[in-house]
Amino acid sequence: MVDFSIWDIFRNLLLAARWTVALSLIAFLGGGLVGLALLVARIARWPGADLLVRGYVQLFQGTPLLMQLFLAYFGLSLLGVNVSPWVAASLALTLYTSAFLTEIWRGCVASVAKGQWEASSALALSLGEQLRHVIGPQALRVAVPPTVGFLVQVVKGTALASVIGFIELTKAGTMITNATFRPFTVYACLALMYFALCYPISAWSKSLERRLHGRR
Amino acid sequence: MIALDFAPVLAEWPLLAKGVAVTLGLTATAAIAGVALGVACAWARLHGQPWLKAIVGAYVELIRNTPFIVQLFFIYFGLPGIGVKLSNETASVIAMVVNLGAYAAEIVRAGIATTPKGQIEAAQSLALSELQVFTRVVLPPSLQRVWPALVSQIIIVMLGSAVCGQISTNELSYAVNLIHSRNFRAFEATFVGTGIYLVLAMALRRLLNWAGPRFVFGR
Repeated sequence: MVDFSIWDIFRNLLLAARWTVALSLIAFLGGGLVGLALLVARIARWPGADLLVRGYVQLFQGTPLLMQLFLAYFGLSLLGVNVSPWVAASLALTLYTSAFLTEIWRGCVASVAKGQWEASSALALSLGEQLRHVIGPQALRVAVPPTVGFLVQVVKGTALASVIGFIELTKAGTMITNATFRPFTVYACLALMYFALCYPISAWSKSLERRLHGRR
Repeated sequence: MIALDFAPVLAEWPLLAKGVAVTLGLTATAAIAGVALGVACAWARLHGQPWLKAIVGAYVELIRNTPFIVQLFFIYFGLPGIGVKLSNETASVIAMVVNLGAYAAEIVRAGIATTPKGQIEAAQSLALSELQVFTRVVLPPSLQRVWPALVSQIIIVMLGSAVCGQISTNELSYAVNLIHSRNFRAFEATFVGTGIYLVLAMALRRLLNWAGPRFVFGR
């Protein structure tokens, strides 16, 4: 049997961490785009959009991410798509992220004073111009800290993709445990890896928040 | 052509009902113990000795920055490595309590931090002890202020408990997996299970919003 040193465990986990990072980025960027589209649909008051997006948000915030992953995995295969864990995990995490981000950003847009909307429409700006030049920049300032904070949730959420066979940190940890029979060491290392990934983001979000409140 | 057939899934309703009962049991235990742990940690971070503050701070950060599934696996698969063997239900409950405790600590601390100083001074001038000031004057209105956030966190923990099925705790998601391994209706079983979670989450929010003012911080 091959002997695993602590360094071997760490090295293999580090290699697997690439996929955790990659999946997090896909979910975050994809979720951001979908979330933004939903937000605009809601702000533009498209008929039915508000109700639909509210239902969408309730659906993703009110059900376990694990079940959403299973639904994507089994649902896609039902549609006849040859599902790889990559596709199912990316899809489920993107939708999950979009539901949370659109709700966070809606709050940020709502925090912009009503007078700003009225003043910019009095200047005959179109909705697009209002959003781009007046509302957007002000909402963005408020939106950055909670958005960065939510990135931590996304990174932690990717751990569940291990359940549908996506080989990222958690799955790699389980596989290394099965090879080494040293669960305590491996899972402790695994937790430390996640901590090393997430703690800097949390701290960054906190400092952004402090700076935002300081500036007011 | 897609052919959905929900009948074989719904025929297994006793399994689903059992799963719901276990999920609710886990959640109730975790909610009570987790909020209590959170209050204790919030108190320790505000009034404790420096070493206690450091330990609680490290606990809170460690839990908040690692995934629940890793915490659960560490408790269930990792701890036996140093001689602590736990049943799957016990491991699930401990993981949920430890997880909720860390988040509740931060939420409760935020509530306590906004207590007007005059109230504490008034209580002290009435010769209440430090503990009395905390439990009678500071805590109830603090809990009332942060109750919506606490309710959301309890619901997140309830939804997170779906992961406990991965260590064979027979809660709802485990029942769902069991059903589709019996009849191969994977999508339908998952769909029904997800629907039940959604209903549970909405009902739990109503229940907690109702129960909070009556039993937790009411007078």
